[in-house]
Amino acid sequence: MTNSLNIEQNLAILDRMLLIRRFEEMLIDLDQDHDFGHYHLYIGEEATGATVVESLIPTDLLLTTWRNHGHLLARGTNPGRMVAEILGRVDGYNKGRGGTLHLTDREAGFLSTSGLVGGAVGLAAGAGFALKQAGEGNICVVFFGDGSLEEGVVFEAMNLASLWSLPVLFMCENNNSGAISAQEGGFPSSEIAASQISDIPKSLNINSKLVDGADVAAVHTVVTEAVSNIRSGNGPVFVEAYSERWPGSRPLWPEQATGVTQVASAWDESLLTGEHKEWIIEFDPLIRFIRNQLAEGLFSKDELFDRDRKIQTQITEARAFGEASALPDPQSALDGVFAA
Amino acid sequence: MPPDSSANIQSDRNITLKAAVLEAMFEEMKCDENVVLIGEDVGAAGGVFKQTEGLFETFGADRVIDTPISESAIFGLSVGAAMAGSRPIVEVMFGDFLTLVMDQLVNQAAKVHYMSAGGFNVPLVLRTGIGIGGSLGPQHSQSLHSWLAHIPGLKVVMPSSAADAKGLFKAAVRDNNPVIFMEDRMTYNLKEHVPTGEKIIPLASAAVKRKGVEVTIFAISRAVHTALAAAEILLEEKNISTEVVDLRTLAPLDVETIVSSVRKTGRAIVLDGGYKSFGITGEIAATIGELVFDYLDAPVMRLAAPDIPVPYSPSLESLMVPSVDQVVAKVSTMFGDSV
Ligand SMILES: Cc1ncc(C[n+]2csc(CCOP(=O)(O)OP(=O)(O)O)c2C)c(N)n1
Ligand SMILES: [Mg+2]
Repeated sequence: MTNSLNIEQNLAILDRMLLIRRFEEMLIDLDQDHDFGHYHLYIGEEATGATVVESLIPTDLLLTTWRNHGHLLARGTNPGRMVAEILGRVDGYNKGRGGTLHLTDREAGFLSTSGLVGGAVGLAAGAGFALKQAGEGNICVVFFGDGSLEEGVVFEAMNLASLWSLPVLFMCENNNSGAISAQEGGFPSSEIAASQISDIPKSLNINSKLVDGADVAAVHTVVTEAVSNIRSGNGPVFVEAYSERWPGSRPLWPEQATGVTQVASAWDESLLTGEHKEWIIEFDPLIRFIRNQLAEGLFSKDELFDRDRKIQTQITEARAFGEASALPDPQSALDGVFAA
Repeated sequence: MPPDSSANIQSDRNITLKAAVLEAMFEEMKCDENVVLIGEDVGAAGGVFKQTEGLFETFGADRVIDTPISESAIFGLSVGAAMAGSRPIVEVMFGDFLTLVMDQLVNQAAKVHYMSAGGFNVPLVLRTGIGIGGSLGPQHSQSLHSWLAHIPGLKVVMPSSAADAKGLFKAAVRDNNPVIFMEDRMTYNLKEHVPTGEKIIPLASAAVKRKGVEVTIFAISRAVHTALAAAEILLEEKNISTEVVDLRTLAPLDVETIVSSVRKTGRAIVLDGGYKSFGITGEIAATIGELVFDYLDAPVMRLAAPDIPVPYSPSLESLMVPSVDQVVAKVSTMFGDSV
């Protein structure tokens, strides 16, 4: 799809995608040293999160799932404080109480990260309700996986959003378009009877779109139109952004299945060797974007290396910040069950 | 009787709690073809904790059934199936997700037999993993057993060891009521000798896991191991003779065993991994107060999780699980020792 984004926007999206990729790669390494709680990575879905935020304004609200790191980083949260939270340290966004599965950043507009499948979608309808009452043109975006459509609350929330014309963007990230099966020891064995997920909201009269979630330009076009529709009071929109699941997200615990990303593999396939090289060539959204943008002359190879290096330095610093942060005092856990 | 004659007869019968429950499932599915297993990833994947491994291969996709991520519907379906002739074992991956099945469990399953004046039964087992450890965070660490035990019509079983788990699970499958079977994930890999052959442990029977004469620690699930370790230290360091009673089943409660132990020891402390307020520790303390107050030499004590969501950070999470040291200190105060 042709790219309606200007140079600054494309570069901002590139930086976000690189930031997410390098952050997630670092976490796999960090887990070897620190053995923190169960976590999920956003690798392979970066194009969606990094692009959706381009169409939002700072006063919009967001919610997400356990696959949240990319959404938060795309929205500009501090990677060092994220590492601190993932390690359960005092400088973390939630002071170590929530951890990777529940990272939230109020300043960035995140209400919640739900560890339960479908858990955030009901809240999203509620955020939309309050934003509509306030009447200031803000909207709510909720990211969730294809599995969420199997939970009853998601159907109920979409029905309410449609009936009451709530300003909600239902951003469904369907990473199941590739074969992921229980037979491979994969997780999960989620299933839905509908032939297309976006048919389900359609039956509730919700404007529904299907888009290649690994295609930055396509996501931008669809989401920009959706957001403008929602902002002008036309009710919710459902976007199904499909992607080919990253092989490292197939096992229960993330694995560095495709190796540390080499940006040069966008033009030099001889750098790729492992069993998943086809995934990188065909489906890796970062490599795809770099390949396209090089062809369009957005940046030179040297500029790309430069940006990647800067981001890697930022991630190294973020890791150091998180690791240097202290564990919270155990007794502090007893505070703050109720709001004042 | 073990399922696959020779393959399963091992000379070393020290097996894990997880393996013991799996063995119980094999045996029960073998002897009653109405028993089916339903849940997320229980089939070919063998469960996310490998807790159902091999069942799919043995009993096939008709009896070992993978489901969508639809806890409420899966459980509702199982209730209906149980009323119509099946004997489902339903797996809910995390005890926290019980909140999603609460309507079908509390408003439907628990009341069917009573409301129909005995016309219908709901013979099913809801199996779920609970407990704290490994930084799973506030939505994957809860122990909500007391909440369920509050509902008339539900049985709640919580084994602490492999042999008990097997015998209790078999009893749960054969019971004609909805039975919630909760295993603490931290006990999954604890091994002990599990006898071969048909050994059914009746529900509502507590077990004296250690005999003593001066104080009784009542505990359940993982906390039983804390109690046993504390009892050993109390004897060695303070010369206090401690009895440990594993409740094994919360509902119905084995009141007889509780009161007879207190009559003997005259002191009681109740230990639980769930929340303190409105929980099983209060229930047992009150039961003792009502029935054997005259035998008490000290007020009944309690140790349970503080009333906060289970935090993620390892330093905060550690606060949630009553420790051996805490038990020793608390028991010591009952003998006039200041902590
Ligand atoms: C209510 C509930 N049921 C089950 C789970 C266990 N679980 C965690 S992630 C997951 C798969 C969700 O798939 P999907 O929504 O497509 O998201 P993805 O991980 O593919 O991004 C499951 C079943 C859960 N967290 N919450
Ligand atoms: Mg998915």
